[in-house]
Amino acid sequence: MRPYVESCMILPFTKDKAVEDKKSGFFSKLRAAVTKTRDVLNTPIESIFTFKKEIDKSTLEELEMALIGADIGPATTAHIVEKIRDQASRQQLTEVGQVKALIRNELLAILQGENSRPVVMQQKPHVIIIVGVNGVGKTTTIGKLANKFKNDGLSVKVCAADTFRAAAIEQLEIWGQRAGVEIIRQKHGTDPSAVVFDALQSARAAQSDVVIVDTAGRLHTKHNLMSELEKMKRVASREVPGAPHEVLLIIDAVTGQNGVQQAREFTKAAAVTGIVLTKLDGTAKGGVVVAIAKELNIPIQYVGVGEKIDDLIPFNAEEFVDSLFD
Amino acid sequence: MFDILTEKLQRTFKTLKGEAKLTENNVDFAMREIRLALLEADVNFKVVKDFIDRVRAKCLGTEVMTALSPAQQVISFVRDELIATLGDAEARLIFSKNPPSVFLVVGLQGSGKTTSVGKIARWMMKNGHRPLLLSVDVYRPAAREQLSVIAHDVDAKIFPGEGMDQPLALAKAALREASLSGYDVLLIDTAGRLHIDDELMQELSTLKQQLKPSEILFVADAMTGQDAVKSAHEFHERLGISGVILTKLDGDARGGAALSIRAVTGQPIKFVGVGEKPDALELFYPDRMVSRLLGMGDVLSLIEKAQETFDLKQAQKLEEKLRKDEFSLEDFRDQLRQMRKLGPLDKILGMLPQIGAMKDLQKANIDEKQLIHTEAIINSMTPRERRNHQIINGQRRKRIARGSGTTVNQVNQLLKQYAQMRKMMKSMAGSLAGGRMPRHLERFLPRQ
Repeated sequence: MRPYVESCMILPFTKDKAVEDKKSGFFSKLRAAVTKTRDVLNTPIESIFTFKKEIDKSTLEELEMALIGADIGPATTAHIVEKIRDQASRQQLTEVGQVKALIRNELLAILQGENSRPVVMQQKPHVIIIVGVNGVGKTTTIGKLANKFKNDGLSVKVCAADTFRAAAIEQLEIWGQRAGVEIIRQKHGTDPSAVVFDALQSARAAQSDVVIVDTAGRLHTKHNLMSELEKMKRVASREVPGAPHEVLLIIDAVTGQNGVQQAREFTKAAAVTGIVLTKLDGTAKGGVVVAIAKELNIPIQYVGVGEKIDDLIPFNAEEFVDSLFD
Repeated sequence: MFDILTEKLQRTFKTLKGEAKLTENNVDFAMREIRLALLEADVNFKVVKDFIDRVRAKCLGTEVMTALSPAQQVISFVRDELIATLGDAEARLIFSKNPPSVFLVVGLQGSGKTTSVGKIARWMMKNGHRPLLLSVDVYRPAAREQLSVIAHDVDAKIFPGEGMDQPLALAKAALREASLSGYDVLLIDTAGRLHIDDELMQELSTLKQQLKPSEILFVADAMTGQDAVKSAHEFHERLGISGVILTKLDGDARGGAALSIRAVTGQPIKFVGVGEKPDALELFYPDRMVSRLLGMGDVLSLIEKAQETFDLKQAQKLEEKLRKDEFSLEDFRDQLRQMRKLGPLDKILGMLPQIGAMKDLQKANIDEKQLIHTEAIINSMTPRERRNHQIINGQRRKRIARGSGTTVNQVNQLLKQYAQMRKMMKSMAGSLAGGRMPRHLERFLPRQ
């Protein structure tokens, strides 16, 4: 492995010192967001735990509602509540504190599936394609990611393959300036695969470490647009063997159960390797990623917590689960 | 993956067969399914609870109409209540008596404000208005460029405001320009913001106070989950929104946010966005939304039509025939005719939910003519042949084909289908209760 590989491992779940630091970053940012929202937020799960000591039917019902309120979805919620009901009825569980621990463990087990290993960049250029439906924050996330990789000492190129949306390229240019990375672009309306081709050629010539590809937002129900993604992937793999090394699906934290369908369809068309959960600085909990992780076993890599360039932090399952309880 | 609600309810009520009334017991069963469907559709859980309470109260003790099964009865209550909640009249945009009217378009990041502004501008121009567009999104990179491009695409005028970067100053300058140059609407695209961002929400309040907009339209993404109530409530509380635009409905999100937002703000949904093109804007129709929410296609309208079309006595007679294995080609023809009374086939199919086997049916490109041929073939039989298909030998088949202008092959095919159907129906007959819309009718649809 070359030396740059060390510095650019994406380590969402490991516990060494560097990550502990990041963790406090995650924590303080989430805290800050939560404090800001305290009066707006209602805190259903906590209130159950403070007011009730023993588990009864209505506790479980309230619990169910709290999980559903976090967008975890009726199916996944039913799965979790069923487990708790089971244990409670077998008298293994008598205190509400135990219920909380059980839910926490259950959620962690789902979020820390076998796929949630760190991604190691083994090849130059490491190609990352960013996909998602419209308006989830793809371009903003790319700006933040480019900045992060740059700060990690990597050379980054960003490929402006959203040639469809008005002013998407201009928006990316501004992020490129902020992060100090080069944007590979062509005219509005160009075939996105052609831009990918260009960017990879240029990255190879310049020996860049990372290429991040921006794509146009597309609803997963649009068949032709999903095929366009497949084509971009093919072109990438032809230019750089093994590319794309990562396909990150951006999910907006306010998304409801449709997020699962998005993940299914994008995985089918573009083999999603990870998720970035954006806009977690609002009141939405982003619980749909639990349902996604449960069904598709896709790890969450990063979360977006604001509009500033450093508002992107590695995902930490424990912090995330605790924020669901806040 | 998603079972049709009616089917689920049908199953629920099957276990309670013979009950002519909706009782507390069977209503509870039904409510559980409805609740799940609504939660699955992302309706906020508190909104669901209130809703279910209202429907339950309506259901209890109601006599089931003779033409409906209990399941259908419950569904019709649910539909009525959903439509009542969503608002049953189509909402119109409000313009000021003293132009220019100011329209503020607000919402969370990425909900589709800028795209919607372009669509509304186009819609207004088609309806005889002269809007001036303005972006006061001074925050997001290239947001104002985006609106310029969109404005250019729909041939709308935009106020450039070069060198200005204060939203209020921009808005005032644009308003002056609108008055001077005879625009009757100033359509303002604002920056996406979180409802808990006090500073930016204050900015909107200031714009409202200073500009006195005739409409404040809240743009919401149809894919929004439980959080919809919080953002909509906060925007409404601080600004008093006058209407909602629900975007990205061209996806497959069930759009529970529509119900949640309506429930917490009381404001009507005025438009829905159904695509990325400038003309992909439609008026909001509550009945379509209801079907979508319940994941039922337009089964509701189908039930309604069936209610009108299907004759209870005839259905009972049919059931008896099925039980006695007397379902003749004559009855088959009656069924075909009844079904055609429902309307053109493709329209009926369009009303069915786009799931499972039905999805394939939709794609099957069904030929209306085939139904006509089928009827013609039966018409060319003698009454005796219709009552007893076994006597139809080769000679008779040839005659029937000639008489109906079809081929012997087609006649053979029909007879084969009919024999299969009879077999199938015999096995189904036991489960058929009187008065229900004959569900097996779907099987009559020719496939290609």
